[in-house]
Amino acid sequence: MSYHSFLLEPISCHAWNKDRTQIALCPNNHEVHIYKKDGSNWNKIHVLKEHNGQVTGIDWAPESNRIVTCGTDRNAYVWTLKGDAWKPTLVILRINRAARCVKWSPKENKFAVGSGSRLISVCYFEQDNDWWVCKHIKKPIRSTILCLDWHPNNVLLAAGSCDFKCRIFSAYIKEVEEKPAPTAWGSKMPFGEVMFESTGTAGWVHGVCFSDSGNRVAWASHDSTVAVAEGGKTAVCASLTSETLPLLCVTFITENSLVAAGHDCYPVLFVYDSNKAALSFGGKLDIPKQSAQKGMSARERFQNLDKKATTDSKEAVLESVHKNSISQLSILNGGKAQCAKFCTTGMDGGMTIWDVKTLESAMKDLKIV
Amino acid sequence: MSKNTVSDRFRKVDVDEYDENKFVDEEEGGENQLGPDEAEVDSLIRQGNLMGALQAVLKNPPINTKNQNVKDRAEGLVLKVLSSFKSTDIEKGVQSLDKNGVDLLMKYIYKGFERPSENSSAVLLQWHEKALSAGGVGCIVRVLTARKTV
Repeated sequence: MSYHSFLLEPISCHAWNKDRTQIALCPNNHEVHIYKKDGSNWNKIHVLKEHNGQVTGIDWAPESNRIVTCGTDRNAYVWTLKGDAWKPTLVILRINRAARCVKWSPKENKFAVGSGSRLISVCYFEQDNDWWVCKHIKKPIRSTILCLDWHPNNVLLAAGSCDFKCRIFSAYIKEVEEKPAPTAWGSKMPFGEVMFESTGTAGWVHGVCFSDSGNRVAWASHDSTVAVAEGGKTAVCASLTSETLPLLCVTFITENSLVAAGHDCYPVLFVYDSNKAALSFGGKLDIPKQSAQKGMSARERFQNLDKKATTDSKEAVLESVHKNSISQLSILNGGKAQCAKFCTTGMDGGMTIWDVKTLESAMKDLKIV
Repeated sequence: MSKNTVSDRFRKVDVDEYDENKFVDEEEGGENQLGPDEAEVDSLIRQGNLMGALQAVLKNPPINTKNQNVKDRAEGLVLKVLSSFKSTDIEKGVQSLDKNGVDLLMKYIYKGFERPSENSSAVLLQWHEKALSAGGVGCIVRVLTARKTV
């Protein structure tokens, strides 16, 4: 795995381009910086300045090469590359609180923005007026939407919210698409319909993710739990309470395995068993550096006792690669079905690329099914 | 001066109550929750079966009820059981609980910290240390994020 420290400030959000040579990230301010990989260096090639508030979400559409950003200034911009510069187009979201997260749909003809106004804005391009238009999903959301993920059928949208629930909505826009075929989550999907609402977990839902087939949805919530629900069997949600600090982001790397990361600064693996509808802990995915010094001298022990009232030799330094909470996970290669590489960015301003094969061979008990 | 500056009663109005978008927790029927069975727990303590007493006192937690007396009684009972354990047996007591049991125990421990009596905090701190090593930091996070607690 390779770690690169971009900044000293936290990376608020990031997005990769299609061939993974460029990364767009927000360095905790009003701008978006695009870095291009050059050998083993990263060079800043573009700075996108249009937002008046911190940029809270970035998503880069791989096929159409458009970037959508949203921020605390209650706006979203769609950026298109014209020649050598990125040109913004304002999207009126009609929200009166900050936007928190944004995601392009799989076919890239719409995107959804979650906001603090307790609603989701689903935006699509209206050809006649040459303008982005949005529709709101309001009921029954009762608090900020923190995270979004689209189902592969381009219609269903999973949303995690601060009202302690993970829900799946239909975001079917008849102007841009055909009626969707029935799925495991239901067959009637008018706009705004709630196909699934979670029960059982308390705590804000920080991260939500559909599996590659779209039949499963996983979410991580602030009470240190991860849960998976399967369409068709929605009465049964498998959830796992963990012993660690809350997880902030979660993603499927195969149909049965999830990787999640959060305030503990290292990614962890979970395995879902469909037959038993049970989730289990797979292992910690951080390979700690072998510490050079083992054993302490008597002098160090006395100093420790004097300063910290303990002879414990554990240092106050984190052994994980990231030195602060990991706030976002993204899949680089292989998709959600057979992920080969994924990337994490965090509050320490660093980005790490993790290789699944290397991790599998390094950790003996790790099994990615 | 105009008349309406005389009274300052308006400062005591809780404006959040009039907010139509105020978040209200879902009501879950908790009227029948009576808390752990006092007689059963007492008899188990008298018999010296402390493990059994621990299991019994963690049954029927009064989580959903709005009756404060039930909650206080339950907390008092739990404290009695926890205090009657010998220090060396605390670890075994914690091991005998499952994950939900450890979470529930942690909730009672923090509830006990809220209102300390003579020796309660010392006992609770010993239990806290053992429960922490069993449940990890996640257990404490769940105590903090629980909307309905004992």
